Amino acid sequence: MNIKQNKFAQYLSEFWKYKDLLKLLVSKNIKLKYRRSFLGYLWSILNPLFIMIVMAVVFSTMFRRSIENFPLYLFCGQLLFNFMNRSTTQAISSITGSGALLKKTYVPKYIFTLARITSGLVDLLFSFGALLIVMIATRASFTWHALLFPLVLVQLYFFCVGLGLFLAQANVFFKDIQYIYNAVTTAWMYLTPIFYDIQMLPEKLQWLVKHFNPMYFYVGQFRDLVWANRLPGFGIVAAGCLCAVLALIIGVWSFMRSKDKFILYI
Amino acid sequence: MGEKRLMVDVNDVTIRFNLASQKIDNLKEYFIKLVKRELMFQEFLAVKNINLKVHAGEAWGLIGTNGSGKSTLLKAISGILKPYKGNITVNGSVAPLIELGAGFDKDMTARENIFLNGCVLGHTQQYMKEHFDEIVDFAELHDFIDSPLKNFSSGMRARLGFAIATMVKPDILIVDEILAVGDIKFRQKCMKRMDEMLSNGTTLLYVSHSINEVKRLCDHALWINKGEEVMQGEVNEVCDAYVKEMKG
Repeated sequence: MNIKQNKFAQYLSEFWKYKDLLKLLVSKNIKLKYRRSFLGYLWSILNPLFIMIVMAVVFSTMFRRSIENFPLYLFCGQLLFNFMNRSTTQAISSITGSGALLKKTYVPKYIFTLARITSGLVDLLFSFGALLIVMIATRASFTWHALLFPLVLVQLYFFCVGLGLFLAQANVFFKDIQYIYNAVTTAWMYLTPIFYDIQMLPEKLQWLVKHFNPMYFYVGQFRDLVWANRLPGFGIVAAGCLCAVLALIIGVWSFMRSKDKFILYI
Repeated sequence: MGEKRLMVDVNDVTIRFNLASQKIDNLKEYFIKLVKRELMFQEFLAVKNINLKVHAGEAWGLIGTNGSGKSTLLKAISGILKPYKGNITVNGSVAPLIELGAGFDKDMTARENIFLNGCVLGHTQQYMKEHFDEIVDFAELHDFIDSPLKNFSSGMRARLGFAIATMVKPDILIVDEILAVGDIKFRQKCMKRMDEMLSNGTTLLYVSHSINEVKRLCDHALWINKGEEVMQGEVNEVCDAYVKEMKG
Protein backbone atom coordinates (compact mmCIF):
# COMPACT_ATOMS: atom_id res chain seq x y z
CA MET A 1 0.00 0.00 0.00
CA ASN A 2 2.78 2.33 1.01
CA ILE A 3 4.67 1.69 -2.18
CA LYS A 4 1.55 2.40 -4.20
CA GLN A 5 1.00 5.67 -2.38
CA ASN A 6 4.61 6.59 -2.99
CA LYS A 7 4.26 5.88 -6.67
CA PHE A 8 1.14 7.99 -6.86
CA ALA A 9 2.89 10.87 -5.12
CA GLN A 10 5.76 10.47 -7.58
CA TYR A 11 3.39 10.77 -10.54
CA LEU A 12 1.83 13.87 -9.03
CA SER A 13 5.15 15.57 -8.43
CA GLU A 14 6.24 14.69 -11.95
CA PHE A 15 3.07 16.22 -13.33
CA TRP A 16 3.71 19.33 -11.26
CA LYS A 17 7.24 19.55 -12.62
CA TYR A 18 6.00 19.48 -16.19
CA LYS A 19 2.92 21.68 -15.77
CA ASP A 20 4.63 24.57 -17.55
CA LEU A 21 5.26 22.30 -20.52
CA LEU A 22 1.54 21.51 -20.65
CA LYS A 23 0.77 25.21 -20.52
CA LEU A 24 3.22 25.97 -23.32
CA LEU A 25 2.00 23.13 -25.53
CA VAL A 26 -1.59 24.28 -25.19
CA SER A 27 -0.75 27.88 -26.02
CA LYS A 28 1.45 26.65 -28.89
CA ASN A 29 -1.42 24.62 -30.37
CA ILE A 30 -3.75 27.58 -30.17
CA LYS A 31 -1.23 30.10 -31.43
CA LEU A 32 -0.25 27.99 -34.42
CA LYS A 33 -3.88 27.44 -35.29
CA TYR A 34 -4.62 31.13 -35.58
CA ARG A 35 -1.26 32.70 -36.22
CA ARG A 36 -1.48 33.28 -39.92
CA SER A 37 -5.18 33.97 -40.23
CA PHE A 38 -6.43 37.48 -40.64
CA LEU A 39 -9.37 37.15 -38.29
CA GLY A 40 -7.38 35.20 -35.70
CA TYR A 41 -9.28 34.11 -32.63
CA LEU A 42 -12.49 35.38 -34.18
CA TRP A 43 -12.54 32.14 -36.19
CA SER A 44 -13.34 30.24 -32.98
CA ILE A 45 -16.59 32.18 -32.88
CA LEU A 46 -17.32 32.55 -36.58
CA ASN A 47 -16.67 28.98 -37.64
CA PRO A 48 -19.28 27.25 -35.42
CA LEU A 49 -21.65 30.13 -36.02
CA PHE A 50 -21.54 29.68 -39.80
CA ILE A 51 -22.04 25.93 -39.57
CA MET A 52 -24.90 26.44 -37.13
CA ILE A 53 -26.63 28.93 -39.42
CA VAL A 54 -26.38 26.57 -42.38
CA MET A 55 -27.67 23.64 -40.37
CA ALA A 56 -30.42 25.72 -38.80
CA VAL A 57 -31.61 26.86 -42.21
CA VAL A 58 -31.59 23.32 -43.56
CA PHE A 59 -33.16 21.57 -40.60
CA SER A 60 -35.44 24.16 -39.12
CA THR A 61 -38.17 23.50 -41.66
CA MET A 62 -38.10 19.84 -40.67
CA PHE A 63 -38.08 20.25 -36.91
CA ARG A 64 -39.47 23.71 -36.38
CA ARG A 65 -42.76 22.61 -34.92
CA SER A 66 -41.43 20.10 -32.45
CA ILE A 67 -38.39 21.95 -31.06
CA GLU A 68 -38.61 25.37 -29.53
CA ASN A 69 -35.74 27.80 -30.31
CA PHE A 70 -34.17 25.35 -32.72
CA PRO A 71 -30.94 27.33 -33.39
CA LEU A 72 -29.97 27.29 -29.71
CA TYR A 73 -30.99 23.64 -29.33
CA LEU A 74 -28.81 22.72 -32.30
CA PHE A 75 -25.92 24.89 -31.21
CA CYS A 76 -25.67 23.38 -27.71
CA GLY A 77 -25.41 19.88 -29.12
CA GLN A 78 -23.08 20.85 -31.91
CA LEU A 79 -20.58 22.71 -29.71
CA LEU A 80 -20.20 19.87 -27.23
CA PHE A 81 -20.07 17.11 -29.80
CA ASN A 82 -17.54 18.98 -31.91
CA PHE A 83 -15.29 19.49 -28.90
CA MET A 84 -15.37 15.78 -28.12
CA ASN A 85 -14.86 14.83 -31.75
CA ARG A 86 -12.06 17.25 -32.50
CA SER A 87 -10.09 16.89 -29.29
CA THR A 88 -10.11 13.09 -29.29
CA THR A 89 -9.26 12.96 -33.00
CA GLN A 90 -6.33 15.27 -32.28
CA ALA A 91 -5.36 13.13 -29.30
CA ILE A 92 -5.05 9.99 -31.44
CA SER A 93 -1.89 11.23 -33.09
CA SER A 94 -0.53 12.93 -29.96
CA ILE A 95 1.99 10.18 -29.21
CA THR A 96 2.90 9.11 -32.73
CA GLY A 97 3.22 12.75 -33.78
CA SER A 98 5.64 13.51 -30.95
CA GLY A 99 7.76 10.48 -31.77
CA ALA A 100 10.86 12.47 -32.70
CA LEU A 101 10.86 14.13 -29.31
CA LEU A 102 9.99 11.04 -27.27
CA LYS A 103 12.93 9.19 -28.81
CA LYS A 104 15.40 11.80 -27.65
CA THR A 105 14.40 13.09 -24.27
CA TYR A 106 12.44 11.84 -21.34
CA VAL A 107 9.08 13.58 -21.02
CA PRO A 108 6.00 12.09 -19.40
CA LYS A 109 4.15 10.96 -22.50
CA TYR A 110 0.61 11.66 -21.36
CA ILE A 111 1.44 15.40 -21.37
CA PHE A 112 1.08 15.42 -25.15
CA THR A 113 -2.34 13.78 -25.09
CA LEU A 114 -3.47 16.03 -22.28
CA ALA A 115 -2.29 19.10 -24.21
CA ARG A 116 -4.38 18.20 -27.26
CA ILE A 117 -7.56 17.69 -25.21
CA THR A 118 -6.95 20.85 -23.20
CA SER A 119 -6.38 22.88 -26.38
CA GLY A 120 -9.77 21.65 -27.55
CA LEU A 121 -11.32 22.77 -24.29
CA VAL A 122 -9.83 26.25 -24.61
CA ASP A 123 -11.17 26.40 -28.16
CA LEU A 124 -14.60 25.41 -26.84
CA LEU A 125 -14.48 28.18 -24.26
CA PHE A 126 -13.71 30.67 -27.05
CA SER A 127 -16.72 29.38 -28.95
CA PHE A 128 -18.96 30.21 -26.03
CA GLY A 129 -18.84 33.76 -27.35
CA ALA A 130 -20.77 32.44 -30.33
CA LEU A 131 -23.22 30.72 -27.99
CA LEU A 132 -23.87 34.03 -26.29
CA ILE A 133 -24.50 35.66 -29.67
CA VAL A 134 -26.99 32.94 -30.58
CA MET A 135 -28.76 33.34 -27.23
CA ILE A 136 -29.07 37.09 -27.67
CA ALA A 137 -30.09 36.86 -31.31
CA THR A 138 -32.83 34.34 -30.59
CA ARG A 139 -33.92 36.23 -27.45
CA ALA A 140 -33.47 33.10 -25.37
CA SER A 141 -34.21 33.44 -21.69
CA PHE A 142 -31.06 33.53 -19.60
CA THR A 143 -31.31 32.20 -16.04
CA TRP A 144 -28.83 31.30 -13.32
CA HIS A 145 -29.00 27.67 -14.45
CA ALA A 146 -26.78 28.49 -17.39
CA LEU A 147 -23.99 29.49 -15.01
CA LEU A 148 -23.71 25.87 -13.89
CA PHE A 149 -22.27 24.87 -17.28
CA PRO A 150 -18.72 24.24 -15.93
CA LEU A 151 -20.07 21.21 -14.05
CA VAL A 152 -20.95 19.60 -17.37
CA LEU A 153 -17.66 20.60 -18.98
CA VAL A 154 -15.65 18.98 -16.17
CA GLN A 155 -17.40 15.66 -16.78
CA LEU A 156 -16.96 15.94 -20.53
CA TYR A 157 -13.31 16.97 -20.20
CA PHE A 158 -12.42 13.95 -18.10
CA PHE A 159 -14.39 11.70 -20.42
CA CYS A 160 -12.38 13.03 -23.38
CA VAL A 161 -9.06 12.70 -21.51
CA GLY A 162 -9.83 9.05 -20.79
CA LEU A 163 -10.93 8.33 -24.33
CA GLY A 164 -8.00 10.30 -25.77
CA LEU A 165 -5.43 8.39 -23.69
CA PHE A 166 -6.91 5.09 -24.75
CA LEU A 167 -6.93 6.02 -28.44
CA ALA A 168 -3.46 7.57 -28.37
CA GLN A 169 -1.85 4.45 -26.93
CA ALA A 170 -3.76 2.15 -29.27
CA ASN A 171 -2.70 4.20 -32.28
CA VAL A 172 0.97 3.61 -31.46
CA PHE A 173 0.53 -0.10 -32.12
CA PHE A 174 -2.17 0.03 -34.77
CA LYS A 175 -1.95 2.93 -37.16
CA ASP A 176 -5.40 2.34 -38.63
CA ILE A 177 -7.14 3.30 -35.39
CA GLN A 178 -7.54 6.83 -36.70
CA TYR A 179 -9.47 5.68 -39.76
CA ILE A 180 -11.64 3.34 -37.76
CA TYR A 181 -12.34 6.07 -35.21
CA ASN A 182 -13.35 8.42 -37.98
CA ALA A 183 -16.10 6.02 -39.02
CA VAL A 184 -17.10 5.53 -35.39
CA THR A 185 -17.54 9.24 -34.70
CA THR A 186 -19.68 9.69 -37.81
CA ALA A 187 -22.07 7.02 -36.60
CA TRP A 188 -21.80 8.43 -33.09
CA MET A 189 -22.84 11.86 -34.30
CA TYR A 190 -26.00 10.55 -35.94
CA LEU A 191 -26.83 8.56 -32.82
CA THR A 192 -26.58 11.66 -30.64
CA PRO A 193 -29.62 13.94 -30.65
CA ILE A 194 -27.81 17.01 -31.96
CA PHE A 195 -30.20 18.25 -34.64
CA TYR A 196 -33.21 16.10 -33.83
CA ASP A 197 -35.24 15.32 -30.74
CA ILE A 198 -34.58 11.98 -29.08
CA GLN A 199 -38.34 11.26 -29.10
CA MET A 200 -38.19 10.96 -32.89
CA LEU A 201 -36.10 7.80 -32.76
CA PRO A 202 -37.71 4.35 -32.75
CA GLU A 203 -38.26 3.12 -29.21
CA LYS A 204 -35.56 0.46 -29.15
CA LEU A 205 -32.91 2.82 -30.50
CA GLN A 206 -34.05 5.49 -28.08
CA TRP A 207 -33.47 3.11 -25.19
CA LEU A 208 -29.98 2.27 -26.44
CA VAL A 209 -29.00 5.91 -26.91
CA LYS A 210 -30.37 6.91 -23.52
CA HIS A 211 -28.40 4.20 -21.76
CA PHE A 212 -25.19 3.75 -23.69
CA ASN A 213 -24.32 7.00 -25.45
CA PRO A 214 -22.17 9.11 -23.12
CA MET A 215 -22.56 12.13 -25.36
CA TYR A 216 -26.29 12.00 -24.77
CA PHE A 217 -25.64 12.53 -21.05
CA TYR A 218 -23.42 15.57 -21.59
CA VAL A 219 -25.44 17.20 -24.36
CA GLY A 220 -28.64 16.53 -22.39
CA GLN A 221 -27.32 18.12 -19.20
CA PHE A 222 -25.94 21.11 -21.05
CA ARG A 223 -29.22 21.64 -22.85
CA ASP A 224 -31.18 21.41 -19.63
CA LEU A 225 -29.10 24.24 -18.21
CA VAL A 226 -28.73 26.54 -21.19
CA TRP A 227 -31.71 25.79 -23.43
CA ALA A 228 -34.48 24.61 -21.08
CA ASN A 229 -33.35 26.66 -18.04
CA ARG A 230 -33.78 23.88 -15.54
CA LEU A 231 -31.64 21.58 -13.43
CA PRO A 232 -30.82 18.26 -15.08
CA GLY A 233 -32.25 15.13 -13.49
CA PHE A 234 -30.21 13.09 -11.04
CA GLY A 235 -30.05 10.09 -13.35
CA ILE A 236 -28.41 11.88 -16.25
CA VAL A 237 -25.84 13.63 -14.00
CA ALA A 238 -24.94 10.37 -12.31
CA ALA A 239 -24.62 8.61 -15.66
CA GLY A 240 -22.40 11.43 -16.99
CA CYS A 241 -20.09 11.28 -13.97
CA LEU A 242 -19.94 7.50 -14.10
CA CYS A 243 -18.97 7.53 -17.79
CA ALA A 244 -16.29 10.14 -17.16
CA VAL A 245 -14.77 8.10 -14.32
CA LEU A 246 -14.97 4.86 -16.28
CA ALA A 247 -13.36 6.41 -19.38
CA LEU A 248 -10.62 7.91 -17.23
CA ILE A 249 -9.88 4.61 -15.50
CA ILE A 250 -9.77 2.66 -18.76
CA GLY A 251 -7.70 5.37 -20.46
CA VAL A 252 -5.15 5.75 -17.67
CA TRP A 253 -4.87 2.01 -17.13
CA SER A 254 -4.31 1.17 -20.79
CA PHE A 255 -1.85 4.05 -21.16
CA MET A 256 0.21 3.11 -18.11
CA ARG A 257 0.31 -0.51 -19.17
CA SER A 258 1.75 0.19 -22.59
CA LYS A 259 3.67 3.46 -22.26
CA ASP A 260 7.07 1.80 -21.83
CA LYS A 261 6.61 -0.03 -25.12
CA PHE A 262 5.82 3.10 -27.17
CA ILE A 263 9.44 3.80 -27.95
CA LEU A 264 9.80 0.48 -29.76
CA TYR A 265 6.96 1.26 -32.13
CA ILE A 266 7.16 4.97 -32.93
CA MET B 1 28.44 7.31 2.01
CA GLY B 2 31.60 6.49 0.14
CA GLU B 3 34.13 9.09 -0.75
CA LYS B 4 32.17 10.10 -3.83
CA ARG B 5 28.46 10.06 -4.49
CA LEU B 6 27.24 7.41 -6.89
CA MET B 7 25.46 9.28 -9.68
CA VAL B 8 24.54 6.57 -12.12
CA ASP B 9 24.27 2.92 -11.25
CA VAL B 10 23.67 0.60 -14.15
CA ASN B 11 23.12 -2.81 -12.67
CA ASP B 12 23.27 -5.84 -14.97
CA VAL B 13 21.12 -4.17 -17.61
CA THR B 14 19.76 -5.90 -20.68
CA ILE B 15 17.70 -4.04 -23.24
CA ARG B 16 15.50 -5.94 -25.62
CA PHE B 17 13.85 -4.90 -28.82
CA ASN B 18 10.97 -6.82 -30.29
CA LEU B 19 11.77 -6.99 -33.92
CA ALA B 20 8.56 -8.15 -35.49
CA SER B 21 9.59 -10.38 -38.37
CA GLN B 22 7.29 -8.28 -40.51
CA LYS B 23 6.29 -4.95 -39.19
CA ILE B 24 2.62 -5.18 -38.37
CA ASP B 25 1.19 -1.81 -37.53
CA ASN B 26 -2.48 -2.05 -38.22
CA LEU B 27 -5.38 -3.97 -36.80
CA LYS B 28 -6.42 -5.60 -40.06
CA GLU B 29 -3.06 -7.29 -40.62
CA TYR B 30 -2.78 -8.13 -36.95
CA PHE B 31 -6.00 -10.11 -36.98
CA ILE B 32 -5.16 -11.84 -40.23
CA LYS B 33 -1.79 -12.92 -38.86
CA LEU B 34 -3.37 -13.87 -35.54
CA VAL B 35 -5.91 -16.11 -37.22
CA LYS B 36 -3.25 -17.65 -39.46
CA ARG B 37 -0.96 -18.01 -36.42
CA GLU B 38 1.85 -16.23 -38.14
CA LEU B 39 2.45 -13.71 -35.41
CA MET B 40 6.11 -14.13 -34.61
CA PHE B 41 8.56 -11.94 -32.86
CA GLN B 42 12.24 -12.02 -33.13
CA GLU B 43 14.15 -10.96 -30.08
CA PHE B 44 17.04 -8.63 -30.38
CA LEU B 45 19.18 -7.69 -27.41
CA ALA B 46 20.72 -4.29 -28.01
CA VAL B 47 22.51 -4.22 -24.68
CA LYS B 48 23.52 -7.31 -22.71
CA ASN B 49 24.33 -7.47 -19.01
CA ILE B 50 26.10 -4.16 -18.76
CA ASN B 51 27.35 -2.93 -15.39
CA LEU B 52 28.48 0.63 -14.94
CA LYS B 53 29.00 2.73 -11.84
CA VAL B 54 29.57 6.41 -12.40
CA HIS B 55 30.59 8.59 -9.45
CA ALA B 56 30.14 12.32 -9.08
CA GLY B 57 32.51 14.38 -11.19
CA GLU B 58 33.67 11.54 -13.38
CA ALA B 59 33.60 11.77 -17.15
CA TRP B 60 32.95 8.56 -18.99
CA GLY B 61 33.45 8.01 -22.67
CA LEU B 62 31.49 5.27 -24.42
CA ILE B 63 33.24 3.80 -27.41
CA GLY B 64 32.50 1.04 -29.86
CA THR B 65 31.64 0.46 -33.48
CA ASN B 66 28.36 1.56 -35.07
CA GLY B 67 25.35 -0.32 -33.76
CA SER B 68 27.15 -1.60 -30.68
CA GLY B 69 24.51 -0.28 -28.29
CA LYS B 70 26.15 2.92 -27.02
CA SER B 71 23.22 5.17 -27.82
CA THR B 72 20.74 2.63 -26.55
CA LEU B 73 22.54 2.55 -23.23
CA LEU B 74 22.52 6.35 -23.03
CA LYS B 75 18.82 6.41 -23.82
CA ALA B 76 18.16 3.95 -21.02
CA ILE B 77 20.12 6.13 -18.59
CA SER B 78 18.13 9.20 -19.72
CA GLY B 79 14.90 7.35 -18.98
CA ILE B 80 13.75 7.24 -22.60
CA LEU B 81 13.97 3.46 -22.73
CA LYS B 82 13.14 1.04 -19.95
CA PRO B 83 15.59 -1.84 -19.48
CA TYR B 84 14.21 -5.32 -20.04
CA LYS B 85 16.27 -6.79 -17.22
CA GLY B 86 18.32 -5.22 -14.47
CA ASN B 87 17.86 -1.72 -13.20
CA ILE B 88 19.25 1.76 -13.53
CA THR B 89 19.43 4.24 -10.69
CA VAL B 90 20.16 7.87 -11.42
CA ASN B 91 20.74 10.40 -8.67
CA GLY B 92 20.37 13.94 -9.88
CA SER B 93 19.06 15.84 -12.85
CA VAL B 94 19.96 14.63 -16.33
CA ALA B 95 20.32 16.74 -19.44
CA PRO B 96 20.36 14.39 -22.42
CA LEU B 97 21.86 15.78 -25.58
CA ILE B 98 20.92 12.82 -27.70
CA GLU B 99 20.02 15.06 -30.57
CA LEU B 100 20.18 18.82 -30.32
CA GLY B 101 16.91 20.61 -30.44
CA ALA B 102 14.78 17.50 -30.31
CA GLY B 103 11.89 19.45 -28.90
CA PHE B 104 12.00 22.27 -31.39
CA ASP B 105 8.94 23.25 -33.37
CA LYS B 106 9.97 24.64 -36.71
CA ASP B 107 6.93 26.88 -37.05
CA MET B 108 7.71 28.81 -33.89
CA THR B 109 10.31 31.47 -33.30
CA ALA B 110 13.62 30.88 -31.55
CA ARG B 111 12.31 32.78 -28.54
CA GLU B 112 9.29 30.53 -28.17
CA ASN B 113 11.41 27.46 -28.77
CA ILE B 114 13.78 28.34 -25.96
CA PHE B 115 10.89 28.22 -23.53
CA LEU B 116 9.40 25.11 -25.08
CA ASN B 117 12.69 23.24 -25.05
CA GLY B 118 13.45 24.32 -21.49
CA CYS B 119 10.10 22.99 -20.36
CA VAL B 120 10.70 19.74 -22.22
CA LEU B 121 13.84 19.40 -20.11
CA GLY B 122 11.68 19.86 -17.02
CA HIS B 123 12.27 23.50 -16.11
CA THR B 124 9.74 26.14 -15.22
CA GLN B 125 8.96 29.12 -17.41
CA GLN B 126 10.24 31.40 -14.67
CA TYR B 127 13.61 29.64 -14.64
CA MET B 128 13.89 29.97 -18.40
CA LYS B 129 13.08 33.66 -18.25
CA GLU B 130 15.98 34.18 -15.84
CA HIS B 131 18.43 32.37 -18.13
CA PHE B 132 17.06 33.61 -21.43
CA ASP B 133 19.75 36.21 -22.11
CA GLU B 134 22.57 33.83 -21.24
CA ILE B 135 21.24 31.30 -23.74
CA VAL B 136 20.93 33.82 -26.55
CA ASP B 137 24.41 35.13 -25.81
CA PHE B 138 25.97 31.71 -25.95
CA ALA B 139 24.16 30.70 -29.13
CA GLU B 140 24.99 34.08 -30.73
CA LEU B 141 21.60 34.33 -32.34
CA HIS B 142 20.60 37.86 -31.31
CA ASP B 143 19.58 38.87 -34.81
CA PHE B 144 17.36 35.87 -35.40
CA ILE B 145 15.59 35.53 -32.09
CA ASP B 146 12.15 36.34 -33.48
CA SER B 147 12.30 34.47 -36.76
CA PRO B 148 10.75 31.04 -37.12
CA LEU B 149 13.08 28.12 -36.64
CA LYS B 150 12.42 26.67 -40.08
CA ASN B 151 14.61 29.42 -41.49
CA PHE B 152 17.58 28.35 -39.37
CA SER B 153 20.45 26.25 -40.65
CA SER B 154 21.21 22.98 -38.91
CA GLY B 155 24.29 24.53 -37.36
CA MET B 156 22.25 27.38 -35.89
CA ARG B 157 19.74 24.93 -34.48
CA ALA B 158 22.53 22.89 -32.94
CA ARG B 159 23.95 26.02 -31.33
CA LEU B 160 20.61 26.91 -29.82
CA GLY B 161 20.03 23.35 -28.63
CA PHE B 162 23.44 23.10 -27.01
CA ALA B 163 23.03 26.50 -25.36
CA ILE B 164 19.72 25.52 -23.79
CA ALA B 165 20.80 22.08 -22.65
CA THR B 166 24.03 23.20 -21.02
CA MET B 167 22.73 26.46 -19.60
CA VAL B 168 20.52 24.65 -17.17
CA LYS B 169 23.35 23.21 -15.01
CA PRO B 170 22.44 19.54 -14.86
CA ASP B 171 24.10 17.11 -12.44
CA ILE B 172 24.62 14.67 -15.28
CA LEU B 173 25.22 15.62 -18.88
CA ILE B 174 24.67 12.99 -21.53
CA VAL B 175 26.19 13.82 -24.90
CA ASP B 176 25.72 11.65 -27.95
CA GLU B 177 27.74 12.73 -30.98
CA ILE B 178 25.96 15.95 -31.53
CA LEU B 179 28.72 18.39 -32.18
CA ALA B 180 29.49 17.19 -35.66
CA VAL B 181 27.36 19.89 -37.33
CA GLY B 182 28.83 23.02 -35.75
CA ASP B 183 31.72 24.97 -37.22
CA ILE B 184 35.18 24.78 -35.66
CA LYS B 185 34.71 27.88 -33.60
CA PHE B 186 31.50 26.61 -32.10
CA ARG B 187 32.92 23.14 -31.47
CA GLN B 188 35.73 24.73 -29.50
CA LYS B 189 33.23 26.80 -27.58
CA CYS B 190 31.23 23.66 -26.76
CA MET B 191 34.37 21.84 -25.65
CA LYS B 192 35.24 24.76 -23.42
CA ARG B 193 31.76 24.81 -21.94
CA MET B 194 31.95 21.09 -21.21
CA ASP B 195 35.36 21.53 -19.61
CA GLU B 196 33.91 24.23 -17.40
CA MET B 197 31.00 22.08 -16.42
CA LEU B 198 33.32 19.21 -15.63
CA SER B 199 35.47 21.33 -13.39
CA ASN B 200 32.29 22.50 -11.64
CA GLY B 201 31.51 18.90 -10.77
CA THR B 202 29.07 17.89 -13.49
CA THR B 203 29.19 14.24 -14.36
CA LEU B 204 29.56 13.49 -18.05
CA LEU B 205 28.62 10.56 -20.24
CA TYR B 206 30.04 11.03 -23.70
CA VAL B 207 29.68 9.11 -26.93
CA SER B 208 31.97 9.90 -29.80
CA HIS B 209 33.83 8.20 -32.57
CA SER B 210 36.62 10.67 -32.20
CA ILE B 211 39.01 8.91 -29.84
CA ASN B 212 40.98 12.11 -29.38
CA GLU B 213 37.95 13.97 -28.05
CA VAL B 214 37.15 11.13 -25.70
CA LYS B 215 40.73 11.10 -24.43
CA ARG B 216 40.71 14.84 -23.97
CA LEU B 217 37.37 15.13 -22.13
CA CYS B 218 37.01 11.87 -20.24
CA ASP B 219 38.85 10.13 -17.44
CA HIS B 220 37.14 6.76 -17.79
CA ALA B 221 35.88 4.79 -20.73
CA LEU B 222 33.59 1.88 -21.45
CA TRP B 223 34.06 -0.12 -24.62
CA ILE B 224 31.09 -2.11 -25.83
CA ASN B 225 30.77 -4.36 -28.81
CA LYS B 226 27.46 -5.86 -30.00
CA GLY B 227 25.86 -4.92 -26.71
CA GLU B 228 28.46 -6.60 -24.54
CA GLU B 229 31.14 -4.99 -22.46
CA VAL B 230 34.62 -5.54 -23.76
CA MET B 231 36.54 -3.45 -21.32
CA GLN B 232 36.09 -0.60 -18.88
CA GLY B 233 38.47 1.48 -16.85
CA GLU B 234 40.96 4.28 -17.22
CA VAL B 235 40.44 6.19 -20.45
CA ASN B 236 43.83 5.79 -22.11
CA GLU B 237 44.07 2.06 -21.49
CA VAL B 238 40.63 1.38 -22.93
CA CYS B 239 41.05 3.72 -25.89
CA ASP B 240 44.44 2.31 -26.81
CA ALA B 241 43.12 -1.23 -26.65
CA TYR B 242 40.17 -0.18 -28.82
CA VAL B 243 42.34 1.53 -31.42
CA LYS B 244 44.67 -1.47 -31.52
CA GLU B 245 41.73 -3.82 -32.04
CA MET B 246 40.28 -1.63 -34.79
CA LYS B 247 43.56 -1.41 -36.64
CA GLY B 248 44.53 -5.02 -36.15
